[in-house]
Amino acid sequence: MTLKSAEVPRRSRHRRVPVALLVPAGLGLAFLVLPLAGLLIRAPWSTLPQRLTEPGVLTALRLSLQTATLATLLCLALGVPLAWLLARVEFPGRRLVRALVTVPLVLPPVVGGIALLLVFGRKGILGVWLDQAFGITLPFTTTGVILAEAFVAMPFLIIAVEGALRGSDTRYEEAAATLGARRWTTFTHVTLPLVAPGIAAGAVLCWARALGEFGATITFAGNFPGRTQTMPLAVYLALETDLDSAIVLSLILLTVSVTILAALRDKWITSP
Amino acid sequence: MKIRNALAALTVSGLLLLTGCGDSSDGGTASAPSGGSSTGAVTVFAAASLTESFTTIGKDFEAANPGAKVTFNFAGSSALATQINQGAPADVFASASPATMKTVTDAGNGDGTAATFVKNQLVIAVPKGNPKGVAGLADLTKPGVKVALCAEQVPCGAAATKALAAANVKLTPVTLEQDVKSALSKVKLGEVDAALAYRTDAQASAADVDGVEFPESAGAINDYPIIVLQNAPNKAGAQAFITYVQSDKGKAVLTAAGFQAP
Repeated sequence: MTLKSAEVPRRSRHRRVPVALLVPAGLGLAFLVLPLAGLLIRAPWSTLPQRLTEPGVLTALRLSLQTATLATLLCLALGVPLAWLLARVEFPGRRLVRALVTVPLVLPPVVGGIALLLVFGRKGILGVWLDQAFGITLPFTTTGVILAEAFVAMPFLIIAVEGALRGSDTRYEEAAATLGARRWTTFTHVTLPLVAPGIAAGAVLCWARALGEFGATITFAGNFPGRTQTMPLAVYLALETDLDSAIVLSLILLTVSVTILAALRDKWITSP
Repeated sequence: MKIRNALAALTVSGLLLLTGCGDSSDGGTASAPSGGSSTGAVTVFAAASLTESFTTIGKDFEAANPGAKVTFNFAGSSALATQINQGAPADVFASASPATMKTVTDAGNGDGTAATFVKNQLVIAVPKGNPKGVAGLADLTKPGVKVALCAEQVPCGAAATKALAAANVKLTPVTLEQDVKSALSKVKLGEVDAALAYRTDAQASAADVDGVEFPESAGAINDYPIIVLQNAPNKAGAQAFITYVQSDKGKAVLTAAGFQAP
């Protein structure tokens, strides 16, 4: 096999795609795309305009975009330093911390919501203190939605940023250090610009995950139109009575997220 | 060359596995009703509020019919109706409201007409000991009292809206939950001070929750209809299960859970 391929001119290798890879690849693509096609085929196109203008739809969409964006900002503020810590600082238990950070990835979001209630709820470990000392209760508030989304989405950001940091050349940082830069200056002036594409990619992934968040949100923040009812929750409740309107809501969410993701990708993330 | 062959073999065996799965599941359901006296596998889609009583009835039914195996899917009635209308393989549907049942029968997915087998009504579920001293619907509008209701799309929410209208009480809940169990869990966790839930659900959670009766709930009694489904893989088993639910033994379990006779 190796001998043979060496004899074959280079460009012909591009032509021959192995069937054994092409078939499962095609099946994989169909598996991912067909359900989307199903939504488009079943969508009630004739009543679409009037459904789009229903007041509840725009409220839920606005809330979704706001909370996903704020959750992403929160993840950036906390997640980038954490990713830096994991990638650049040797400390005991680093592997454990790294494993703990990814727990929300595998935790069913509904369980995440319960866990958040047990800590930040009115009777929760920190929630009791927040309530008594400051009169702050987080469940059933928009802040609660942001927390639920950030909890589920932050691992995506951390993994992406840590990967970018580990892949980046540390010699620039070392050069900055030998020139007398402090660690903080090095971080802000050398490290951050160096891994900016990685941070942007992580933020986009994080935002997309936050936008689609359902389980933790409905469990921790409940469901109330205009305050905690984001698009995925609106879709779920529409599904209870009206499949068509659930499809319309899903299509809106899809269109908005795909448009924004595509726009960001072209602008900020330059693929190699 | 070897690698390519191996990959091709893998793909083929994968496909075989896939088709194999389809075959075995078809065979499983087809062979179930032909089991003579045994009633085989029965899949029951039932309203969330039936969780405890139907689980007990299911075990009794299996004990009374050796070879029978009852599998439940408990969820909000409307979600179940949607699943059934989208072709979920169920034998029996027990709904918490006639309106939800109607979406299934209107779609031609019911076999015959639905029979009402129990009634249920709402109570105000409060944390054990009733710390806020809730005595009626009007108390739920007091400042500092957080209330969870079911969303209006599910039967317990529709009943709550009806009862609140009958009492002329205007209430802003902190959340509209997707089914009665999640409304009740918010009471159990202490996140809300009260929820409108079915008497049966409050009774099932009697360890953590007290049920406060209120007169207006009489105006919002929910009938629970049950039906054999048109595309049931095991119609005989489905009918046997429904007969058992309506038998004296089934009724005893339901009454003990707080349901009323139809």
